[in-house]
Amino acid sequence: MNDLTLVRKSLFRKKTRAILLIVSIMTAFLIFGVLSSVDRAFNALIEQTPADRLITSNKIHFTLSMPIAYYNRVQTAEGVQDVTHASWFMGYYQEEVNFVQAYAVEMKSYLRVYSELVMPEEQRQALLAGRTCIAVGADLAEQYDWSVGDRFPLGSAIWSKADGSRIWDVDVCAIFTTQSRDNPTTYLMLHYDYYNESLAFNRDQLGWMVLLTGDPGNNDAVIAAVDGQFANSRTETETTTEAAFSQAFLGQFGNIGLILSSVAGAAFAAILMIVGTTMVMAVHERVREMAVMKTLGFPAPRIFAHVLAESVLLSLTGGILGLALAVGMNAMISQIPAISLPALRLTPLTMIQAFAIMIGFGVLTGLAPAINAMRINTVTALGKE
Amino acid sequence: MTDTLYELTDLSKCYTRGRESLVIFEELSMTIERGDFIAIMGPSGSGKTTLLNLLGGIDRPSGGQVVCDGLRIDTLSQSRLARWRASHIGFIFQFYNLMPTLNAAQNVELPLLLTRLSNKERKRRVKTALDVVKLNERAKHRTRQLSGGQQQRVAIARALVADPDVLLCDEPTGDLDRTTADEILQTLQLLNKQLGKTVVMVTHDPAAAKYAKRKLHLDKGRFVEQGEAS
Ligand SMILES: Nc1ncnc2c1ncn2[C@@H]1O[C@H](COP(=O)(O)OP(=O)(O)O)[C@@H](O)[C@H]1O
Ligand SMILES: [Mg+2]
Repeated sequence: MNDLTLVRKSLFRKKTRAILLIVSIMTAFLIFGVLSSVDRAFNALIEQTPADRLITSNKIHFTLSMPIAYYNRVQTAEGVQDVTHASWFMGYYQEEVNFVQAYAVEMKSYLRVYSELVMPEEQRQALLAGRTCIAVGADLAEQYDWSVGDRFPLGSAIWSKADGSRIWDVDVCAIFTTQSRDNPTTYLMLHYDYYNESLAFNRDQLGWMVLLTGDPGNNDAVIAAVDGQFANSRTETETTTEAAFSQAFLGQFGNIGLILSSVAGAAFAAILMIVGTTMVMAVHERVREMAVMKTLGFPAPRIFAHVLAESVLLSLTGGILGLALAVGMNAMISQIPAISLPALRLTPLTMIQAFAIMIGFGVLTGLAPAINAMRINTVTALGKE
Repeated sequence: MTDTLYELTDLSKCYTRGRESLVIFEELSMTIERGDFIAIMGPSGSGKTTLLNLLGGIDRPSGGQVVCDGLRIDTLSQSRLARWRASHIGFIFQFYNLMPTLNAAQNVELPLLLTRLSNKERKRRVKTALDVVKLNERAKHRTRQLSGGQQQRVAIARALVADPDVLLCDEPTGDLDRTTADEILQTLQLLNKQLGKTVVMVTHDPAAAKYAKRKLHLDKGRFVEQGEAS
């Protein structure tokens, strides 16, 4: 037996209470773990974007299209090194509930501009040569068990063909990964021409363009040149860096960082109060036992340390369980196909933060009861029957 | 041949509550010999527990001094007092005051956490202490599963385990039936006779007081000697 035995026994003297407290702390750390992972994933997505990559979209709303002629006009704009374009396809597989993120792109330039996409050379050649070829992200391919050589009907939730069908038959010619595992590979690209040629309406329109400026220092000039070119036309454009575009896109869901920290903060604040008051009560119930300990010769600082250790142990137990659950939850969330976030994971930094919070939480909830315990008047406490 | 263990000189204790002042005793002087077994009797509220607390160094007098084995304990700091208690005093209470989360052996081991003894030596001491109170077969029992008499025996083992000089007992049989009380008192007598422990026992049971070598009656802040026990 040692002091830790005493601390552990005191913590679990009322099993139900201890378990309820552990579950509440666990919940807070589960929320913290998952939200930090989500936040990190968003940031990684934005940080990894090359700083010289710009997005030109419809000024009214980024989901609206613009004439294909814009693509040719932008090629010659001052400072533009390379450009590609893409369009929403809103794909599905077999049934509309099986949402598949798909973009109709000008394949050759798309692979140049998104140079982080990696695929074997022979697949790249086949992809560029085949009109009905598509490139599938590795995660998406795994989800539907597609491999190179497969042919399947790709439905569109928003487009239909002149013949009334909404199905494009496509061939999997390439499966791509990315240079960094933080980039999602949960989408596919099909050839713009194949998509465009049979459209019933909105033909010869594109969704957005992606420009390379070669140097972030040129960005402002290129933005001015491109948007200036289409100013006062029927379809005006708005060009921003891709990072800003992603941020704005994610911003549709609100200020993610703020939401995340206020949700986690609220969870912690609520649980802090519950655990704090429960600890005060728990120590109050043991006043007599602590007086006996003091009588036996346990010095006041040691009693103080016992109570503090108890609340830190409680916090660590709940916290570690919560983080473990967060790992499982992250894996589950990453499996949901509609979420095109990079794999959610707990970084070492998040872990360190979590442990710091656990210790802080334990000290904060244990401090008042520990001071109370230290100050117990032995004679008075023993006198109470 | 006498060997003085405790020397109380002009001891006073009073409580002030607002303007009222309650004097428990004033200018109380006494000595306790090493190896003595003293029964302190007296009406409820006469200050018996208070006196025991002063002897054990968990309370401080309002005036006078308490000297134990040549050491003035009433002026020691809290932390030094705690250390002194751990090595010199064993406490036994009316309501046993065992830790409900620990089993019998762990309760006995508790004071040894304050020593530097090895794990093995601690185990040995716990076993010896439980042997003395004849409770070794209940070592693993939770205190809740023990009868009152058994709990008090665990408490005696706990008081004994660090090998203190003095056992301070506050109505140790106050909550027990006659037969069980006699067993406990015989144990205390044994500790006094065979191990040479000085025992100071508060009781208001004359039958219990018979086990002591010396009886003192505390009333209105004064001691009245009651003569030798048989
Ligand atoms: N903390 C305290 N404050 C005020 N009065 C106290 C306090 N502790 C004890 N007393 C009083 O001191 C007197 C002696 O108490 P105590 O030593 O417990 O008596 P006994 O053990 O002989 O019954 C009682 O009248 C009690 O009310
Ligand atoms: Mg009393």
